[in-house]
Amino acid sequence: MLDNFREFYLNFLDFRNTDFEDTQQQIIRETFHLVSKRDENVCNFLEGGLLIGGSDNKLIYRHYATLYFVFCVDSSESELGILDLIQVFVETLDKCFENVCELDLIFHVDKVHNILAEMVMGGMVLETNMNEIVTQIDAQNKLEKSEAGLAGAPARAVSAVKNMNLPEIPRNINIGDISIKVPNLPSFK
Amino acid sequence: MKECMVRLIYCEMLGYESSFGYIHAIKLAQQGNLLEKRVGYLAVSLFLHENHELLLLLVNTVVKDLQSTNLVEVCMALTIVSQIFPREMIPAVLPLIEDKLQHSKEIIRRKAVQALYKFYLIAPNQVQHIHDKFRKALCDRDAGVMAASLHIYLQMIKENPSGYKDLTGSFVTILKQVVRGKLPVDFNYHSVPAPWLQIQLLRILGLLGKDDPRTSELMYDVLDESLRRAEINHNITYAILFECVQTIYTIHPKSELLEKAAKCIGKFVLSPKINLKYLGLKALTYVIQQDPNLALQHQMTIIECLDHPDPIIKRETLELLYRITNGQNVIVIVQKMLDYLKESKEEYAIINLVGKIAELAEKYAPDNEWFIQTMNAVFSVGGDVVHPDIPNNFLRLLADGFDDGKEDDQLQMYAVQSYLALLEEEDALYPQKFLQVMSWVLGEYSSLVTDVDPEVILTKLHSLLKKTFVTSETKVWIMAAVTKIASRTSCSKTVDELIQEFSNSLDTCMRQYAFELKHLCEDKALMKTLLPFDASCSDMVVDASLSFLDGFVAEGLGRGAAPYKPHHQRQEEKLSQEKALNFEPYGLSFVSSVSSSGVTGRQSPTGLSFGSDTSGNSAETGHKETNTLKLEGVRKLWGKEGYLPKKENKVGKETEPQTLSCGSLLAGQVGESPALQSDQVASLSEEDKEKQQLASTLFIGLGSSTGVSLMGKVDTTTQKFKRKSKINETQSSEEVSDFQISAASDFGPLLDTAPINVEDCEGNTHTRLRKSSLCSSDIVEETLAFETPQSLKKSGLDERLSDSRLSQSSLFADSNMEIFQPSPSAQCEGAGKTPSVPSLPEELQDLTHSEVLELCQSDALALHLCKVWTDDSLLLTIFVSNKTASALNAVSLVFEEAEYFQVLESPTYQFPVIEAQCVEHCQKCVWMDKVCTQGILSASVHCQSELETHLQFSITLSLLDFIRPMEMTTEDFGKLWLSLSNDVKQNIKLSSSQDSLSAAMSTLQQKLKLHIVDTIGNEGILACQLLPSVPCLLHCRTHSGMLALWFRSPCAALPDGLLYQCQKVMEES
Repeated sequence: MLDNFREFYLNFLDFRNTDFEDTQQQIIRETFHLVSKRDENVCNFLEGGLLIGGSDNKLIYRHYATLYFVFCVDSSESELGILDLIQVFVETLDKCFENVCELDLIFHVDKVHNILAEMVMGGMVLETNMNEIVTQIDAQNKLEKSEAGLAGAPARAVSAVKNMNLPEIPRNINIGDISIKVPNLPSFK
Repeated sequence: MKECMVRLIYCEMLGYESSFGYIHAIKLAQQGNLLEKRVGYLAVSLFLHENHELLLLLVNTVVKDLQSTNLVEVCMALTIVSQIFPREMIPAVLPLIEDKLQHSKEIIRRKAVQALYKFYLIAPNQVQHIHDKFRKALCDRDAGVMAASLHIYLQMIKENPSGYKDLTGSFVTILKQVVRGKLPVDFNYHSVPAPWLQIQLLRILGLLGKDDPRTSELMYDVLDESLRRAEINHNITYAILFECVQTIYTIHPKSELLEKAAKCIGKFVLSPKINLKYLGLKALTYVIQQDPNLALQHQMTIIECLDHPDPIIKRETLELLYRITNGQNVIVIVQKMLDYLKESKEEYAIINLVGKIAELAEKYAPDNEWFIQTMNAVFSVGGDVVHPDIPNNFLRLLADGFDDGKEDDQLQMYAVQSYLALLEEEDALYPQKFLQVMSWVLGEYSSLVTDVDPEVILTKLHSLLKKTFVTSETKVWIMAAVTKIASRTSCSKTVDELIQEFSNSLDTCMRQYAFELKHLCEDKALMKTLLPFDASCSDMVVDASLSFLDGFVAEGLGRGAAPYKPHHQRQEEKLSQEKALNFEPYGLSFVSSVSSSGVTGRQSPTGLSFGSDTSGNSAETGHKETNTLKLEGVRKLWGKEGYLPKKENKVGKETEPQTLSCGSLLAGQVGESPALQSDQVASLSEEDKEKQQLASTLFIGLGSSTGVSLMGKVDTTTQKFKRKSKINETQSSEEVSDFQISAASDFGPLLDTAPINVEDCEGNTHTRLRKSSLCSSDIVEETLAFETPQSLKKSGLDERLSDSRLSQSSLFADSNMEIFQPSPSAQCEGAGKTPSVPSLPEELQDLTHSEVLELCQSDALALHLCKVWTDDSLLLTIFVSNKTASALNAVSLVFEEAEYFQVLESPTYQFPVIEAQCVEHCQKCVWMDKVCTQGILSASVHCQSELETHLQFSITLSLLDFIRPMEMTTEDFGKLWLSLSNDVKQNIKLSSSQDSLSAAMSTLQQKLKLHIVDTIGNEGILACQLLPSVPCLLHCRTHSGMLALWFRSPCAALPDGLLYQCQKVMEES
């Protein structure tokens, strides 16, 4: 009952629990292994393994095109509720990025985290009202921009990350074909 | 810099080492402009963990940002606080965050609440004084803030449901409003109003209404409404439905709702959507104990789920089956579980399932053969990941046996035979644990099997020893088995061979065993007494205090050895020596230590003797038993005087098996269910028929328990493998009549927030009579205090406040002792309908004590309690009044073992006889063992007369019950202060009424029973002790309207608890 909530989507991870410090990468690998193996027609819940801390914890995931969104929750959260929370999250991302795709998520890690921080704070669901989240994010962005006067900063970040020369990334998680766009999300029910 | 940081985050996520950048992340958060600050904070929250040392550098930044006028900065600071914040730095930001609760922007309020939730999780003691503010947050005009506060309440209610019953009404009202769509449309999700909020509220209600008919009553309506409104076919409505169902089954049941909930579960289980099916199974598992019929209805679906391709569904189904297992269906269910086990590769699932199978097999096994086979399967499939309890239990079961000696032998014999057969296979690889079990059984019971030559067994064990995959631990087990077998046979070639082989083994342990065996073989008579047959279940006595070494210790002390001091004492002494120069001459301590050697000597040689024990083991071979501690299943037979003869265990009365009656009942049941189904489905395929057959075997026996009350399923099936000790338990529990009343008396004395029943207080202008007798003179002064009821909403809080204020100010005013004597009217209220309220015996009247309050009562007995605060303990005086017309014999009072408290002398008390309509009392001294702010001591009264009565009650004791003033001089204080290591500091705001130091200190003196040692300028020192004798020192200083408290105590938890009480009194006064 320390932290109710750890989430990592694709390989954008966000750990909320110190116990797992050493095993972070291992957890991701394991989780990806577990989740990607599952068929389309099985349920979206995976019950606790030793890695994620026993029977109390659960993996709840949702699959969008090439992306997996995985939340790890304990028994104080409702399973179906979390499933819809992922939906809200994705829809919010879609609104903020205007037709979101994987590249957005990769190049705007910070933005994604900020959106998540608005929804989930300290491991608890804080805000589920989509409009509210979007207005908060927008307002904050505006304030920052007006103060910093650096409208071009995100673009530079994008190009910087693009040119980054990482020698052979250990891809334990397959991002898949990057050119495939996430289908228009509002069409999801 | 910002871009670099984003890149660094990316690197960290991919698993690269990026710790070099951590400090830059903190710098960025410190110095950057808004945009950079945000990235800096984000990086910090992703890189660092809660105990990281760099986090301390962030505290100042957070404080600065919290004071900023820029909303975004405040938001960021609050976010980081709720994500990671060092525990010890909470006091630095707590006041700032408290202020933010009044902020005009709701987003700030929301985040502040969330931050406080985080604090509550990591350091509940530090936020205890702001519980009222949580209440305010719950009533916030913004729904978001209210939703955030629910997290805190969910957590608090989970820990202590009884403390928040008064809020049930509010939660119900909120839920009602939400369900009826009173919230802004923004909160709708797929046209369902604020679903997550609903889920949260339903959970809270479930916790509140558990086993509480009165609270449950309040929520029936709203639950019904939620069920009705959640009709739309969408995922999120199912989530709400599921929560509803769970709540309905958790709270005190109402048949109408249960029916609806059952229908809902049906919908879930039958749904084609796999997620819903999963949840349906979960719900079924949850309710199955209350309502086994529901499982019968859905048996076909359950059977289908057993063959579902998704392993998660399968596992959930097995969990469900596990709950409905009984003597009739155990074979089928265990078979299914084993099938799953063989397919599964996940370690966690295996551990879990293996445990369950072992439990079921032990509980319901139909015959020996099956039991042994199943356990064999468990051990071989489970491998070495099985919980160590499983082999231990299994072995104990084999050894202790059953109620019937003959059956016992059969089981043991069968086990031996099956293991011999298993070992026959040459190349089979068995898990270590399995091998250990095998070798133990062979060692103990192989002689039961007469047709096998022990030589054969020995050869087998010998060959095992030579295998490379066998670990050294297992080898020790095997060796022990060999020794045991060897003791029963005459000279054996294999044994000789074995001794020869291992006498020069590289493994010292093995070598030692080999030597021991060799020596034992030379002295057969000794060996026989040392290793008696089948003695593993006899009792053994261990002299834990090692008193037989007293002589040795005394001798050592006589020769001038230093007396032994426990570790913590040594450390304390070391600390005190370090801090202050020692001006006293040395050498005095020796005299006193010799005289007290009798006392210290007892504990002294624990360390020593262990050493001599083990060394003796190797040196004097042949005098010690060969089993080391590793052999968990084997009990030692050696005590102080050597071998202890086996004690006869009287076998408890055998419970009469009810197979016959049960079986016939079930037969009917079985016949019924397939018949029903065949009506429904006219044409059945071959496969379906198979499934039906499976269903009838699985659900056999379920029907027999349908008539059982909701209190719990009574097991009507016979339990074959019952442990001896358990028989006694079950019998006694059967003897106890169902008549159980539990009552909690919540009158934690001074400051505790005892829930006050608003209705009781309302409209009752009750008078309280206070008699105060001064110690010096016996002047009795009477004061009347009137309390007028407030409006309904406020009355609960206000009354409580005024109540506690009254009692505080009057209790312990300086050194004057006062006595409370409730007036008749107050008594009536407290005692309900009892005709007589007992009063304290003469000798206790003069001591400070609480009011006499009713604990609980039944038709025959009434219990009252009075707490007496003596100088050296808390004296609980319990009055037992006999309400019947005849005398009651043998009334016994038993205190249960409590986590925090210790009842002195013995926890039981026996009243020989209580005359009709008379009151008897008993007194028990209680000490606090572990520090807690508030704890519960449970006890029960049992009386055997024509109508058996069993009353349970619990007494709430608070820390303050155990705090006494400690008188000392300033010098003593200084010395003690330096020697203590645990300290806690905190600043509290002073209210205007007590802004001077003396006022604050006298408040603490009066309400917390602290002793004022000295006051110098704006600093003061106080001392108190926790009974029996744990000191706690307090240093306080005032500056600019703040009171800085600094506690020190040898016990780590005590300052925390006292601090909490301090905050409470200072806030209330």
